Amino acid sequence: MERVAIIGASMTQFGQRDAWVRELLAEAGAAALDDAGIDGGDLDHLYVSNMASGEFEGQTGVPNALAHDLAATPAYTARIDQTSSSGGAGVYAAWQSVASGASDLTMLVGGEKMTHRSTAEATDVIASLTHPVEYKHGVTLPSFAGLTARLYLDTYDAPRESLGKVAVKNHANGVDNPHAQFRKRVDLDTVLESPMVADPLRLYDFCPITDGSAALVFCPADVAETHVDGDDYAVISGIGGATDTHVVHERPDPTTMGGVADSSAVAYEMADVGPDDIDVAELHDMFTILEFLQSEDLGFFEKGEGWRAVEAGVTDRDGELPINTSGGLKSKGHPLGASGVAQVYEIYSQVTGDAGPRQVDADVGLACNVGGFGNCVTTTILEESA
Amino acid sequence: MTDTDDADPSSDDPVFEAAVYADGTVSYPPHPVGPNGAERTGTVDLREREARVVTWTTSTATPPGVREPNTLAIVEFALDDADGPPVRALGQVTAAGDGSDAEAVDVAIGDRVEPVYADELRKPGAGIREPESQAWDGFRFRPVE
Repeated sequence: MERVAIIGASMTQFGQRDAWVRELLAEAGAAALDDAGIDGGDLDHLYVSNMASGEFEGQTGVPNALAHDLAATPAYTARIDQTSSSGGAGVYAAWQSVASGASDLTMLVGGEKMTHRSTAEATDVIASLTHPVEYKHGVTLPSFAGLTARLYLDTYDAPRESLGKVAVKNHANGVDNPHAQFRKRVDLDTVLESPMVADPLRLYDFCPITDGSAALVFCPADVAETHVDGDDYAVISGIGGATDTHVVHERPDPTTMGGVADSSAVAYEMADVGPDDIDVAELHDMFTILEFLQSEDLGFFEKGEGWRAVEAGVTDRDGELPINTSGGLKSKGHPLGASGVAQVYEIYSQVTGDAGPRQVDADVGLACNVGGFGNCVTTTILEESA
Repeated sequence: MTDTDDADPSSDDPVFEAAVYADGTVSYPPHPVGPNGAERTGTVDLREREARVVTWTTSTATPPGVREPNTLAIVEFALDDADGPPVRALGQVTAAGDGSDAEAVDVAIGDRVEPVYADELRKPGAGIREPESQAWDGFRFRPVE
């Protein structure tokens, strides 16, 4: 199996954009090709991570459209839909294409156009992933978060304020991310006094609705330096994907994300590292509670202790384990199909020393992308090239 | 409980059907096979059984066709003779005896609740899902005094 390198990366401005999905994908894709120093015609495979372009704007067939727009024909193309974890699943597919020897150059572009829809409509598109017995009760992803947050706070005797501190931390990180939707600090009082959305969670516990795109270029690690300088690429040292139940209430412990534990176990074993070896992590903080759950199920902290790490500043940018230096989905935004790609973009930037004011001391980084409410998960570990 | 079927097929009364599998596990909703891969051998009707609230939320930003606010709870049924994980369900909470809509409902973790039938939990066709693709009736949970 080939070791796989990432030799180019890009992301568009996240936020409310005039561009539609085809234009967003082309913007990020062209920038990533330029970053890697290649042309669309050099690609063997081209993948698009996207959850719902048909549902959001009536545009299907986006991989073919992108290949044409970037002169990438006749590259093999496919769309990767795994709901909110479409980006992570796309990283897995792109890695697989190169690791297997099927492709010598693969590009992955993730993107979504959402903001032209009302919050209620966008929430319903996302909630359509639920089982019929959930959907008919009006269950949404934010309501899953409210249900889980209440149980977590009750079970582990965690203060409500600890969730708010996740939002405060990630918004502070987002200030230094030029691509972030929100580049504005918030204080704890603002979070705790914002409107209730899914009791006990309030507006600032949730990520926004976002337009945006991100892209990565992959090749065999042993030829990476034929494309870019030796310190300008990162190696995927471990990757794992896993699935949990479709029906969320059927899980043995609603505060445990089995897909996170299972996918990370595979990634750690492949990379021959453990949680203690991770220097920086991007977690899927679609809701503040998810940062606690993932940080525990990835093995960074004991079960029920994730909130204490946030309280102690361990996960701050200058802490022992910086989490969501990009600002996370919370501040950077969450264009569904792009988010998992943008998480890896941030880790790539960190381990190649190109994260600018967000830079931390990192040789090994981890991205955890979650679909549904932990229904599907991809965990990716990147290491510096040296 | 295994190898039994306590839903009366001759009755028109709505049932709150969970599936029983060959290894003694029970799930709601039913699946073709059980959580451990065991074959489905019967059903159990949860309609007449009490449950306890595992957790709850009140959503104030609901999608099209859903009451607002929408109090939801994950509840756990006590099935003494079932093996495996407890049987849970997720549903709307109501204070009304006939299961009709209500304002946000006061409920707490550990509260006892009972299923109450409602013929329409959400307005079909208001959201993205095809109205004919699924049922829209079901059981809400009402706190038991």
